[in-house]
Amino acid sequence: MTKPNHKDDVTEHAAHEHGAGDRAASECGSIDLAAIEAKLRGAEGKKFWRSLDELAGSPRYQEYLHNEFGDPDNEKASVSRRDVLKLMAASAAFAGLSACTKLPTQKIVPYVRAPEEIIPGKPLFYATAMPMGGVAKGLLVESHMGRPTKVEGNPEHPASLGATDIFAQAAVLTLYDPDRSQAVTHEGHIATWDLFLAALRKARDDHRPTKGAGLRILTETVTSPTLGAQLQSLLAAFPEAKWHQYEPASRDAAREGARLAFGEYMNTAYRFDQAAVILSLDADFISAGPGSLRYAREFAGGRDVDSTRGKMNRLYVVESALSNTGAMADHRLPLRSRDVEAFARAVANKLGMPVGAPAPAQAPNEWIAALARDLERNRGRSLVIAGDQQPPVVHALAHAMNLALGNVGKTVILTEPIEVKPADEMQSLGELVADMEAGRVQTLLIFGGNPVYAAPADLEFAKHLLKVPLRVHLSLYDDETSELCHWHIPEAHFLESWSDARAFDGTITILQPLISPLYDGKSAHELLAAFLGTEASAHDVVKLYWKNRYASTKLGDAKAFEVFWETSLHDGVVAGTALPEKPAKADGSANGAAAAAAASSAGAAGGLEIVFRPDPTIWDGRFANNGWLQELPKPQTQITWDNVALISPRTAQRLRVANEDVVTLRYAGRTARAAVWIMPGHAEESVTVHFGYGRSRAGRVGTGIGFNAYALWTSRAPWFGAGLEVEATGARTTLATTQFHHAISRDGRSADEPSVAAFERDLVRIATLDEFKTNPEFAKDPADQTTKALSLYPGFKYEGYAWGMAIDLNRCIGCNACTVACQAENNIPVVGKEQVEAGRIMHWIRVDTYFRGGLENPEAYHEPVLCMHCENAPCEVVCPVGATTHSPEGLNEMTYNRCVGTRYCSNNCPYKVRRFNFLLYADWDTPSLKLLRNPNVSVRSRGVMEKCTYCVQRINAAKIESEEQNRGVRDGEIVTACQAVCPAEAIVFGNINDPNSRVSKLKAQPRNYGLLTELNTRPRTSYLAKLRNPNPEIKE
Amino acid sequence: MPQIFNRSTNTLSRLSIYGAVFFVVLAGYVLYAISKSPYFTEVNVARDQPVPFSHKHHVGELGIDCRYCHTSVEDSSFAGIPPTATCMTCHSQIWTNAPMLEPVRASYRSDRSIEWIRVNALPDFVYFNHGIHVSKGIGCTTCHGPIGDMPLTWRANTLQMTWCLGCHREPEQYVRPKEAVFSANYQPPDNQTTLGHRLVKEYKIQKLTNCSTCHR
Repeated sequence: MTKPNHKDDVTEHAAHEHGAGDRAASECGSIDLAAIEAKLRGAEGKKFWRSLDELAGSPRYQEYLHNEFGDPDNEKASVSRRDVLKLMAASAAFAGLSACTKLPTQKIVPYVRAPEEIIPGKPLFYATAMPMGGVAKGLLVESHMGRPTKVEGNPEHPASLGATDIFAQAAVLTLYDPDRSQAVTHEGHIATWDLFLAALRKARDDHRPTKGAGLRILTETVTSPTLGAQLQSLLAAFPEAKWHQYEPASRDAAREGARLAFGEYMNTAYRFDQAAVILSLDADFISAGPGSLRYAREFAGGRDVDSTRGKMNRLYVVESALSNTGAMADHRLPLRSRDVEAFARAVANKLGMPVGAPAPAQAPNEWIAALARDLERNRGRSLVIAGDQQPPVVHALAHAMNLALGNVGKTVILTEPIEVKPADEMQSLGELVADMEAGRVQTLLIFGGNPVYAAPADLEFAKHLLKVPLRVHLSLYDDETSELCHWHIPEAHFLESWSDARAFDGTITILQPLISPLYDGKSAHELLAAFLGTEASAHDVVKLYWKNRYASTKLGDAKAFEVFWETSLHDGVVAGTALPEKPAKADGSANGAAAAAAASSAGAAGGLEIVFRPDPTIWDGRFANNGWLQELPKPQTQITWDNVALISPRTAQRLRVANEDVVTLRYAGRTARAAVWIMPGHAEESVTVHFGYGRSRAGRVGTGIGFNAYALWTSRAPWFGAGLEVEATGARTTLATTQFHHAISRDGRSADEPSVAAFERDLVRIATLDEFKTNPEFAKDPADQTTKALSLYPGFKYEGYAWGMAIDLNRCIGCNACTVACQAENNIPVVGKEQVEAGRIMHWIRVDTYFRGGLENPEAYHEPVLCMHCENAPCEVVCPVGATTHSPEGLNEMTYNRCVGTRYCSNNCPYKVRRFNFLLYADWDTPSLKLLRNPNVSVRSRGVMEKCTYCVQRINAAKIESEEQNRGVRDGEIVTACQAVCPAEAIVFGNINDPNSRVSKLKAQPRNYGLLTELNTRPRTSYLAKLRNPNPEIKE
Repeated sequence: MPQIFNRSTNTLSRLSIYGAVFFVVLAGYVLYAISKSPYFTEVNVARDQPVPFSHKHHVGELGIDCRYCHTSVEDSSFAGIPPTATCMTCHSQIWTNAPMLEPVRASYRSDRSIEWIRVNALPDFVYFNHGIHVSKGIGCTTCHGPIGDMPLTWRANTLQMTWCLGCHREPEQYVRPKEAVFSANYQPPDNQTTLGHRLVKEYKIQKLTNCSTCHR
């Protein structure tokens, strides 16, 4: 959804920077760290806090606290008092007439021949998968009369288990993005597919005599067996041609690490449900990577004290920037990325492996010793996982430790690689660039990816690309790479095309389209088929491959194949394609240790460290034009619409920089201008930057925001390097972070207010496992503080269903998938950066981050907050027009067409979960975005309040279905959008009048508590307190 | 000091005050009348269609069941408008050369849909579900009127919210036995209230009047 007022924003990033004098540094610039630390050490040490500004009580924090939606006086287009009066008179005069609009004459256009399976008004679900980095996550996609509107996870797919991530949720927006490329272009002019085919055939014929000597193909990582087979047959026909793979957020290190340890490429899959002790070496395994959804599910399952009879797994994390995994850790150690290797060596040493090297100074010896003992005690039930952004040697060490601990085959499953041709992709790209530079490349076919933007700066890809006489780029967007290519072919989105792909464990899904290509896009299969001279559709290519494969492996006739084909499509997985476990080479442990001993430490050089990461929401830049992902607050920082240089408080103080200062980053001879964000818990002397921003041709949403971190990136040190220089420019910028928004705080309330007691209680309640065992009721509000019986209002009788929700904070991993799922399900608009700054983000469910403890390494907690559906709802009684009312089932209903926009309800909501359409945020005009909408939810207009409805459309659908079948709604039949998406199964919804429902059982747990219950709101949404399971041997 | 206003001013001012009140009331009444008039509600206004399809002929005279064409009425929110293929099941055999049916044949030949003019429409913020009404014993003609007597189809009821609420508040006045739901010539019996109360109980009909029943 493109925001009109965002267009002005699409200029140089620098245009938004203020001069040094704009805001005096003292005003909201540098925060007095010493004062904050003193405060934290003092009486308030165990308090939760959300931001440095809150701790410092800065003016910006105060402003948001008292003025939730920005100051209307500061509105850019301010109106004079006279104009307001005139407008008011006019609107009063016309208000009555607005109800007198006649319904326009509508047409009904039925099918000529109706497809058998479609029942108008009822959605259909099709199984497919989303490939990212080549690796598939299984999906079920909801289709309304042929248009995909919502993505759900496929419960039968091993990488999904019914859950999805933010990228899959936002995929439908990319599908309907009006900025997607819509035509074949040749040298910037619109051409046709046939003209391109002619050019392609000529190129092919030219390459025939030389056996394809100058032919190069660049793809992203390929796991698709069909595409692999096509590429192999191309290479067979043109033996001198070369196929390169490149993925910016590649898993090179994992692949090379396995090769170091085992002497060959192997794929690693983990079983977190079997692990009692987990050590993550800079691995954010629950929020990124091929198996993350399953890992999150299994990891969260291991922390469910109710089902595991009081047992919990224990997670140790060492990492540079605070990740979601780090926030879940029982013990977290901030270490520079380059010190992780030394740390891993130290742990391996303690486990009896001779890999030398002293531990980094920041890692206390007792800590490492206690960790090693914990791992030892749990042989076969422990798990060491290295992050994709750690060098191969750390992966080799992790493999060696897992082997030594007897974890392989239990918590660590080794298989054949899932890639068709595993390779060191960075090296592969380097070879391609060298060939281009030497003029050895005549034709370059680029299938997907955007290497001109997303290649390391030192390779100078763009410069050398221009030496290639024929350049072809197949991609979703007419992007930076397309600009430099002769031919640009619009690519079919994965929801528009046939293909296949493997999941993290090798399971193959055949991707089927939900809609025919909107813009005549082509897939890589079709392009390759055309090149090979067969000109088949992607469907035919994929089906033929599977027909041949089926014939070669199974005894079955054509009819049996059709059954197999239909079954595989229906289930979303090809049965029996998960790769079998492959025994690790016995010398793997020794190999790994030896490799580790031999390999030199990457972090030998001194100085400030720079760490590169794919962005948490827009990844390597491919989702830059996706408004949902742009506006999704990034985990921990809650920044939207921007990338920043993350830095620890102490390092920031040393460098004399503050939040939102613009600095020059100088690294390996290149520079970039970035805004600083101080991240508590970040490793000292280290700066983390994220890829994906600073795009010059992303589209109307993503162009020109943030800075391009690829411009600093080098191919030699892919993920981190030393020698960064940071220099303040004196300029400042504004970052739209939601960390200040919707603060529920005692601050600003005077002590004599009757409600103040409610705000004294913590919103996040936590205990250690031992504390929980001695006092299971620790989270309960003291009986004398609850006012349950008292109310001035008569109250409601809930005789039928009574809907309620429980959110288990012990399971929540803070991945934000619920927020995007809600946005997709409920037609929630994107508002743009300026409106986010004003506090007007529209998300119905937000994930608040709370910190506790000191600035160096605070504990971090996530808490999803949505409408509480209070039984004594403060919002309902203040609405003058009855637009928000109470349903007999306890829903706090919002009727948009009654709302006149007084905002009294929002003012009276202590949870700050109501959202107001200050402007016409929803896009009512763009035709392709109309296809995106959920037809079962109204699209809201300007001046209307909205909020979480507990997905009332899903409740009604389930109730109608059950009534039609003359039965009650079954437990688990209604699944809200946020519940469905949650990989950790943290959200449970159901009927609390049924004592046997899952939600009732959760609410009966001793950990159950409500937010601000002293206000006697009687919220229907309750929380289960979080537990930590620290190692008693480690004193912190 | 002489009087500024003539005595007649009293009458004038009274007249204008009462007149103003009268005009406001009149204007209100006119607006109300318009909002209830067929001009606005389209009740009893027969709509021209690309093919003059007659429910009177097909339902009233031939006795074709509603569900023969409106196939999804029992399963879905939308009752369904028949595809051209449904028309052609009969009209490929009878009246094959009737000029009146040329648009139907043209649609079947060219694979282009017939664009019917919508007769019964609700605003987009209202979510009505046919399936549940039909399965709870609300007959087609209760809302759609004497469909078997309509040569061209018209809207039989305003479909305004007050009208909906009439039944949602007192379903016993409108409910009929399930087996009579699709009957085009069903007449409520004299003991409708007694029967209605029995059926409401038997069919477990709830009096749903909260907003999110229809608005969301």
